[in-house]
Amino acid sequence: MGKVEILVICRHEGILQTVVRLINNNPEWHATGVVTDDEALATFNREPFKLVLLGSGIEKESEDKLCAAFKIHSPEIIIVQHYGGGSGLLAAEIFEVLAR
Amino acid sequence: MAQTILHKAETRGHASHGWLNSYHSFSFSSYYNPDRMNFGALRVLNDDTVDAGMGFGTHPHDNMEIISIPLEGDLEHKDSMNNVAVIKNGDIQAMSAGTGIYHSEYNKDRAHRVKFLQIWVYPDKKNVEPRYDQITLNLEDRHNKLQQILSPNPDDEGVWIHRNAWFHLGKFDKCVSAEYNLKAKGNGVYVFLLSGDVKINEQLLNTRDGFGIWDTDKFTITAETDAEFLLMEVPMKF
Repeated sequence: MGKVEILVICRHEGILQTVVRLINNNPEWHATGVVTDDEALATFNREPFKLVLLGSGIEKESEDKLCAAFKIHSPEIIIVQHYGGGSGLLAAEIFEVLAR
Repeated sequence: MAQTILHKAETRGHASHGWLNSYHSFSFSSYYNPDRMNFGALRVLNDDTVDAGMGFGTHPHDNMEIISIPLEGDLEHKDSMNNVAVIKNGDIQAMSAGTGIYHSEYNKDRAHRVKFLQIWVYPDKKNVEPRYDQITLNLEDRHNKLQQILSPNPDDEGVWIHRNAWFHLGKFDKCVSAEYNLKAKGNGVYVFLLSGDVKINEQLLNTRDGFGIWDTDKFTITAETDAEFLLMEVPMKF
């Protein structure tokens, strides 16, 4: 079985790198990190993701636009709000949605 | 009618990293229990012990209200907003991680360990400007009474956070009792017993037990022995 592909969007590059690294520590998950809306849309349209993780700094307008575009392209996509910015909550947030 | 949940101390998650011994009341890091995700907006309650001379290296946070309450020893805090401070027993620190912050926490003491509570509350708005606050509390103000240490209001007692939450500490002699009246409709209270035995209404709690109570506007806390405890009132829906 392939890895769970996760798109991480976060305006803060340092936190983005940390979150991507932490996700990739799990051998069953693979994360791709992007900062901008354009990168997010282009990457999402190019690769099959199961889950999108919304990190810090994303404006409400961008969040609404991105989520709508993701749902049109892939109605089954799971979109998760990530809180905390580090290792504390990340795994539980992903486990929770994958268990649904 | 009030609803309640009891988390006995020994049912908490536990992680030992050599230098760090941590008990998790709710899922955290490698401890995942789908039945222990949060109590309303209260997401993390970690009961940490850090060895002498050790600590948490620089690491990031975002979008979380993070409260630290030292119980024993001194912890040095440094962050990306150029704050450098030592928090010690009697202090409380609140940090709004907002759009993102880096910080480190070290026990600079080469001889003594540090014990502290690390508490995370979901913020009521995302992407706020990061901020840091720390105050020293008067320990006498919690002797046989409830001392407010946190609220949503910058002008109120204690530190403040971006959430409709109130925290109180109490250090009660045996047989002392107090009524707690919830501040906001829809809130619940998570009681964490630091030492001794107390009763919340009729429920007995022992050291390090956690107890959540909601769908009520008040409850009574009675010290069965000399006891210290933390009350965390948070919204149940957020």
